[in-house]
Amino acid sequence: MADSKQKYDDRQLPRAVGLRRILRWFYAACALVLLLDIVIHRHVYHPWENLWFFYCVFGFVACVILVVVAKWMRQPLMRSEEYYDND
Amino acid sequence: MIELPSFAIFFIGAVGALLLRGRILSSWTIAVPVVSGLFLVLSDPTEQAINVSVAGIELAIFQPDRLSLVFGYVFHIAAIFGGIFSWRMTNPISKASILVYAGSALGAVFCRDLISLFLFWELMAFSSAYLVICSGTSKAARAGVRYLTIQIVSGLLLLAGAVLHYAQTGSIEFTHMGLTGTAALLIFIAFGIKCAFPLLHNWLTDAYPESTPDGTVFLSAFTTKVAVYALARGFAGTESLIYIGAIMTCFPIFYAVIENDLRRVLAYSMINQIGFMVCGIGIGTELAINGATAHAFNDVIFKGLLMMSMGAVLYRTGKINGSDLGGLYKSMPKTAALCIVGAASISAFPLFSGFVSKSMVMSAALEEGYMIIWIALLFASAGVFHHAGIKIPFFAFFAHDSGIRVKEAPTSMLIAMGIAAFLCIGIGSFPQFLYGLLPYETSYTAYDTTHVLAQIQLLLFSALAFVWLKLSGIYPPELRSVNIDVEWVYRKGLLAAYNTSAYIVQTLVLYAYSLLTGLVKRSYRGITRVTGMSSRLANERTVDLMIVSIVVFFAVFLVYHLINL
Repeated sequence: MADSKQKYDDRQLPRAVGLRRILRWFYAACALVLLLDIVIHRHVYHPWENLWFFYCVFGFVACVILVVVAKWMRQPLMRSEEYYDND
Repeated sequence: MIELPSFAIFFIGAVGALLLRGRILSSWTIAVPVVSGLFLVLSDPTEQAINVSVAGIELAIFQPDRLSLVFGYVFHIAAIFGGIFSWRMTNPISKASILVYAGSALGAVFCRDLISLFLFWELMAFSSAYLVICSGTSKAARAGVRYLTIQIVSGLLLLAGAVLHYAQTGSIEFTHMGLTGTAALLIFIAFGIKCAFPLLHNWLTDAYPESTPDGTVFLSAFTTKVAVYALARGFAGTESLIYIGAIMTCFPIFYAVIENDLRRVLAYSMINQIGFMVCGIGIGTELAINGATAHAFNDVIFKGLLMMSMGAVLYRTGKINGSDLGGLYKSMPKTAALCIVGAASISAFPLFSGFVSKSMVMSAALEEGYMIIWIALLFASAGVFHHAGIKIPFFAFFAHDSGIRVKEAPTSMLIAMGIAAFLCIGIGSFPQFLYGLLPYETSYTAYDTTHVLAQIQLLLFSALAFVWLKLSGIYPPELRSVNIDVEWVYRKGLLAAYNTSAYIVQTLVLYAYSLLTGLVKRSYRGITRVTGMSSRLANERTVDLMIVSIVVFFAVFLVYHLINL
């Protein structure tokens, strides 16, 4: 029992430390492009592009909708791997 | 220089492959596309035109122009890196069918009449179906037969359309036709099947993931791109394609998010990418057609790269489900890095190839005022990063540690992936080389601050959404499962429909039978009630009454007669 726990820690610990560092850089990058939105003047073709932080908000919301809807789709659509086995 | 059409070189190569074995066979499979590619680059193929007269009909079997050459070049590239990737596969029949497949794809894009197109179309179907079936499992064999059936149906529709077109116009030339009549509609549907239009798409996600690790690389390169070319040639500017394309970009990404088989995720993602091309063809302006062609070119390479990286994972681990994999970056760091290059390219990160072509289609949609379509494409762009850009590398190489420890992918596979990755970055960084090949002259620049900043914002915040969903536990876990798609109709539905209709017919027949026997029984009972032994008509009094009545009747009759005398 103790042995398997040790093994688990060996695998997860360095990753967790690395992950935290990567995520910190990632959040910084997100904040940077958010700020650039204010600084940089952009050519606008679509009316929605005038909205503040349009691409940031759109990217985030689109992905959340995508995942939530896809997760919900599992209810009616998901079957066991053997579902088609005797087709 | 002698005139030798590309497909002929490949077909001769295929015959040669049947005679060779081992490493010589593998080298041969790489040499054939190299030689054919040199023929194409060194000669000026637009000057060549090879016509063959068969039974009084002139077939233009080899007549390249700028549009078909873009596809011709990238098919050669795919055949070369696919050939290197499949170095370890030494089955001569598989190698021969690869060469026939690549050759007929080239034949299909370089010919300019509908009959030759049909012949190459069907040759592609048969040779590619072998790549699915040769995987060896009974599951693959069944998927291969379903795949072949649907491809043949597409070919027959094309033939019917071609014959009808010939009857109406007296010409079999394959040129721009538009949706003008029954013949064009038949051909449109034939292309639509191969192009994986919505509801006609399921053969792709059914068959491609069942093939061998190397077979899928070839499958993903040719069939659908030939259909994209055919649509661009025959139906550019057909408005319905814009909406079909937009639907194609959006619906598969939902399936991709919940799909467990990572090669099937890529198959869904492929429909999404073809959607961008179909949309561009539908818009039909020079910029849009250029964008669609450029995106097809890039897609062959980055989708090939992603399929190769997943093929390498499958080859080494024997597993391809997201639920079984994870943590492979420790064992296969080079494959992981190359996979990330493919993921960045398909997600259209600046400096990677997808960026310089996808933005053309989106700009064209805006220029022509398709605002809602543009929103759909933007949604799909964010979605593709989510399911292909992040999900594929994350669940294969990172996520939780599955404990699988294997060797790095073989050198041949790394070289093949390296070539594709080099091209992804090269085209993304120096797009003018690709733009120079496109069917129309273009002054388009992908790299201005507007495009670059918008794309980076979109992608980083899509990634942020992934991080948030993952950390908060909302993100759906990878589960061993299949998800019902249109294929249900022919894999389960038809059987269920047959069983249900048989049940209904049986019930109806039984009901009619019981109704009929009931009727007979009731009428029999009715008759017996009136005339039977115990009925009123049959009892003693009635019989007496009857005799008396008859006697009275006759008596009355007699008396009446006598009076009249």
